[in-house]
Amino acid sequence: MEIIMSVVIGFLFMAAVYLMLSKSLIRIIIGTGLLSHGAHLLLLTMGGLGGESPPVVADGVSVSDYADPLPQALILTAIVISFAVTSFFLVVAYRAYQELGTDNMELLKGTEDHE
Amino acid sequence: MSLVLLIFLPIIAALFIPLLFKKVGQIHTGWFVLLVPAALFIYYSTLLPSIAEGGNRVSELQWIPSLDIAFIAYIDGLSLLFSLLITGIGALVVLYSIFYLDKYREQLHNFYVYLLMFMTAMLGVVQSDHLISLYLFWELTSISSFLLIGYWYTRDRSRFGALKSMMITVFGGLMMLGGFVLLGIMGNTYSIRELISQAPELVSHDFFVWALVLILLGAFTKSAQFPFYIWLPDAMEAPTPVSAYLHSATMVKAGLYLVARFTPIFAASGTWVWLVTGIGLFTMLWGSFFALKQKDLKGILAFSTVSQLGLIMSLLGVSAAGFHVENATEIALNYAGFAAIFHLINHAVFKGSLFMIAGIVDHETGTRDIRKLGGLMSLMPISFTVAMIGAFSMAGLPPFGGFLSKEMFLTGMVALTEFDLFSMDVWGIMFPVIAWIGSVFTFIYSFYFVFHTFAGKHKPEELPKPAHEAPKGMLISPVFLAILAVVIFFIPNIVGEWLVKPAVAAIQPFMYDSPQAVDVHVAAWHGYITTELWMTIAIFTVGGLMFWTLRKWQHLYDRFPNTLNSLYDNLMFLSDTGANRFSRTYMTGFIRSYLVYMFSFLVIIVLGTFVLNDAFAIDMNNTAPVGLYEIVIMLALVGSTVTILFSKSRLTAIIALGAVGYSVALFFVIFRAPDLALTQLVIETISVALFLLAFYHLPQISRKEERMRFRFGNALIAFGVGVTMTLVALAAHSGKALPSISEFYKETVYKEAGGGNIVNVILVDYRGFDTLFEIGVLGIAGIGIITLIKLRLTKKEGQHENK
Repeated sequence: MEIIMSVVIGFLFMAAVYLMLSKSLIRIIIGTGLLSHGAHLLLLTMGGLGGESPPVVADGVSVSDYADPLPQALILTAIVISFAVTSFFLVVAYRAYQELGTDNMELLKGTEDHE
Repeated sequence: MSLVLLIFLPIIAALFIPLLFKKVGQIHTGWFVLLVPAALFIYYSTLLPSIAEGGNRVSELQWIPSLDIAFIAYIDGLSLLFSLLITGIGALVVLYSIFYLDKYREQLHNFYVYLLMFMTAMLGVVQSDHLISLYLFWELTSISSFLLIGYWYTRDRSRFGALKSMMITVFGGLMMLGGFVLLGIMGNTYSIRELISQAPELVSHDFFVWALVLILLGAFTKSAQFPFYIWLPDAMEAPTPVSAYLHSATMVKAGLYLVARFTPIFAASGTWVWLVTGIGLFTMLWGSFFALKQKDLKGILAFSTVSQLGLIMSLLGVSAAGFHVENATEIALNYAGFAAIFHLINHAVFKGSLFMIAGIVDHETGTRDIRKLGGLMSLMPISFTVAMIGAFSMAGLPPFGGFLSKEMFLTGMVALTEFDLFSMDVWGIMFPVIAWIGSVFTFIYSFYFVFHTFAGKHKPEELPKPAHEAPKGMLISPVFLAILAVVIFFIPNIVGEWLVKPAVAAIQPFMYDSPQAVDVHVAAWHGYITTELWMTIAIFTVGGLMFWTLRKWQHLYDRFPNTLNSLYDNLMFLSDTGANRFSRTYMTGFIRSYLVYMFSFLVIIVLGTFVLNDAFAIDMNNTAPVGLYEIVIMLALVGSTVTILFSKSRLTAIIALGAVGYSVALFFVIFRAPDLALTQLVIETISVALFLLAFYHLPQISRKEERMRFRFGNALIAFGVGVTMTLVALAAHSGKALPSISEFYKETVYKEAGGGNIVNVILVDYRGFDTLFEIGVLGIAGIGIITLIKLRLTKKEGQHENK
């Protein structure tokens, strides 16, 4: 399973980077969303996908049977942060569009004297 | 009293200066400042008897003990001489500045804060035994010099001169730091005393010549040696007290101090003797030659300072040559070290007074242009007398101090011809010849300075202000220095005993083991006709004749190009525009370019590391089994991703993104991560809602529908990143170098933290701060969002600074 997951993660990253390199601001934001999904799955896969039971202490379950809790803790933090970043991006896009009337990054570049 | 704390006394006093300036404005702030150098001078004078007997004082203040860096004040003859110069001339200059700078019109608090800062820096340079603290103080002198040159910061020339001096001296300082680090590696210590004691072993080290050249670069830039001298003439934009203090008496002598201090280490090298003597002597000739081209009084003095510094530098080089001669103390070479220090004292005395006179002339007539001046002798008799004494001492005329040291300089140079190491027997004759020509020009420009200002025809119509004698207070310092120049002539051996010999013993420990062993006796008249006497007589004759005919040939100077200065200007211009143009080539302003850089480098660095460490690994064993559900979810995830890539409508893309998110949540369920699945479901729902909300407000965007065009470059980079991440995931899974720290959490979660849900306990207990900062990030994002939506900049005219 880990092998297949690795390929899926690679695919997610590829799609994310391709979107981020495009001109449209909305696509860039979608790209960052995909990127964080890929990163979360990468963390999970790194820890190993085995583990018989969820990482909640229960009677009759030996320590080695729990799924790895550390990647899960990291991912939980990452999910929340990526949400914060995505929503901030969205508002930036919204405001940029309101002020400038475009979401094309080439046009948002600014002029020579804006330095 | 702790010596090392005294170094910091001026800078601590500086803290109170702005307060005194604001609160006690009626009294010139300079009077308070004067107390500092005066008190220090008196204190350092009390050290004279014990130092003159060959003793020394050490005092230490820890700075960074873990790196073995400390402030160590080490006072021997050389350090004490410089400390006395710094505080003594410092006191006179402050006294002079009280009358030079107007207490109502000038920003005295700035001026005196910089000046006191410089005093601390300079004392630190000459007393530090630790190379790193020496470097620190060294750069602090550059910075305070920068601030003082730019004191009248509204003038273009001031800012230009300040920057130029900073560029050149800080460049040299950095080179010097490199030399220091090499010395530290060679000797495994940063203490100068310990390095000197290791000198014989250091000579054979591979880094020896590198350290030598780098340290000399520091010394040459600071002491304005050829070709780095070009900053000094431009530094004359500083107020005249500063020029008198920093740019003639003290700071520019820091390079001489450095050379003197390191002579015991480097004297064994022929490169050192050649470089220091050669560059010094050439600088002396160059400076004296071009002094006559100058039209500005301070310009003449600047070039004269360059020339005199070169003279002292060359003498230090000759004193290092003494290391290579068996019976050095018996032949004339032993004069060189003594002459260097003696001339250094004389130069501080006469050049200080000359600068003050230049300042007085400027102050009382409104101009420093020597073409407009003339005939001031009867109007300013005291200034004239002082200027004459200073200039005659500089020209090497009796009965002034300069005569004695000039005579010894010639002795040292003539002695070099008898020196038969480092092919001196072939080239040695060059040294006295260059020295003689330089001395002739020194003679001419000294006369040029005095007589073209004070003699000749008075031209009142060309002067901005009617000329008159300076106020008495302003004359105190220059008159005092002029008297000193005469006194030194009559008591040279007392000066030698107390000041010069202890310093010489520190420079030439290989020749003398105590100040008393320095058996140099100074006499104005040697009692018989010597080579150097004939040379002196020839200097006076030829110099006098050439001065007489100066007006006939001075215009020839206009034909010399100003190569070095234009080289500096072009270099600055090129580095400025060049760097600008270079950054513009890659700082395009397109976010795509920046992302391309980042991702390309990510791929290159990660894959490079993989190749270097041979980290490619696929471990087929020890994997979780592949089930039907997993395959279905995976297909859904890949399918949604493809939909995003190929969708025409952005709305479809957003919904597909939501599908990806829900698939990931399902993965979490299958891989036994219930907390993650819950969180992901909630967050994904809100995200999709937010995206749609944004679309509701931006109707035009949703209407503009087009499929993303395929771009090969982007695809290549994206593919590279994808492959890299797959390899990382595989390698991370396959090669576990260390046991996971998760075991610790699993085992202790109930015992230590009393919780059952391991993930939750890790988040709120073991890694509580992470979670706190995570909340912080959320909060910041929230504030950012509110700010963007609610707040609007009210546009006002004239808000932009450049408009």
